[in-house]
Amino acid sequence: MQPGVGSLMGLVLARDLRLAFRHWDQVIQPLVFFVIVTTLFPLAISPSLDELRGIAPGIVWVAAMLASLLALESLFRPDVDDGTMEQWTLSGQPLSLMLLAKTLAHWLLAGLPLVIMAPLVGYALGMPESAWPVLVGSLALGTGCLSVLGGIGAALTVSVRRGSVLLALLVLPLEMPILIFGARAVDLAMHGESATGPLNLLAAMLLLFISLGPVAMAAAMRISVES
Amino acid sequence: MWLWFYQLASPPHAYRLLGLWRPWLLWPAIALMVIGVYGGLVMAPADYQQKDAFRIIYVHVPSASLSLMVYVMMAVAAAIGLIWRMKLAHAVAASCAPLGAWFTVLALVTGSIWGKPMWGTWWEWDPRLTSELILLFLYLGYMALRASFDDIQRADRASAILAIVGVVNVPIVKYSVEWWNSLHQGPSISVTSKSAIAGSMVWPLLVLLLAFVLYFGAILCNRVRGEILLRERNTAWLAESSLKS
Repeated sequence: MQPGVGSLMGLVLARDLRLAFRHWDQVIQPLVFFVIVTTLFPLAISPSLDELRGIAPGIVWVAAMLASLLALESLFRPDVDDGTMEQWTLSGQPLSLMLLAKTLAHWLLAGLPLVIMAPLVGYALGMPESAWPVLVGSLALGTGCLSVLGGIGAALTVSVRRGSVLLALLVLPLEMPILIFGARAVDLAMHGESATGPLNLLAAMLLLFISLGPVAMAAAMRISVES
Repeated sequence: MWLWFYQLASPPHAYRLLGLWRPWLLWPAIALMVIGVYGGLVMAPADYQQKDAFRIIYVHVPSASLSLMVYVMMAVAAAIGLIWRMKLAHAVAASCAPLGAWFTVLALVTGSIWGKPMWGTWWEWDPRLTSELILLFLYLGYMALRASFDDIQRADRASAILAIVGVVNVPIVKYSVEWWNSLHQGPSISVTSKSAIAGSMVWPLLVLLLAFVLYFGAILCNRVRGEILLRERNTAWLAESSLKS
């Protein structure tokens, strides 16, 4: 019996989450990385909160971007290595939706913890409490965009030797608009201004990437697994 | 009337045709370049504000416009190759990338040489410069992805997807960078608006733009022929034609 689209995505999502929780130490690695990178900036620049406050949105956003990049490495590689992905491409089910479900699982495991952790890191860098909702909102929308764009890059490079540096080279230039809007939204909120403009733009980009991204991801994955 | 187009898809015909077109693109390009350079460097009057320094736009503007044009052309060729499985289109896309990257480098270098006397600094986080730099990163990523595959057909198709994703993203990058800078605006910078340029300054620019396009066409013919040789190196027609010559 053919499962419906919803149950298909649900199955993929449940499988990925179950697999991840069995290796929860790998799941928290990007989160630890995120915290470590943000710790580097006070050490490198200055311990004074007044100085850090001005660049805090940039620090949090760059660290989140790098952490999401680091997590992408494990998005498709285990499934491609053990042949699961090959079965999926041959299964006759819509590959784009299965990959979208995988990306959603990846976001829940690698993106959402960053979003939850962000106010704490922001506080440590001198960000006022009034900016927290925008920080969380912009990261929630932004890491979603990063996961989908990164997923396209990961699908393209999954069969390549030493793909991780290449992945960074491909994905980072494409992600720059997200960084601009995300950091800008937090910056506006910190100065007590309305951040709805950049947040709306982030939401629009997220919708665009969710609707077109999985198609590109599936096409890239088909090229990567046929060999 | 579509016969020539179908013939273009066949490597031997394309190889021959591109060889025929090349001189018709190259020589007009050189002639126009000489005319344009003479017009731009000798005949055009010096700008009342920027003196002779403005003359670098005669190289800068054509290379900057080509850097974007080539990217779009690369993506269109890649899409044609991906959709209709046309090998020649992939060869065109592959040949476009290094050319576009060099035009981007040229635009960045001339821009920063112009920036030194105008803004007093070699580099300014000006939106145009920044988006041009991101464009260079996109070209480099495309070429790096191509280079990482051993199988040329997989390299073609994987990089085609990247080019298409990139071309969707280019307008977003462009507008986000402009918006970012308009809020971060430090010292006021204004690039001379086009409509403000006198006619005697503008015609060499148009001539040089055309010259750059023709020159790009000629070099593209060359590179695509090289790609065809690389891809068809084990075929019979190539062995025959090399025996004949």
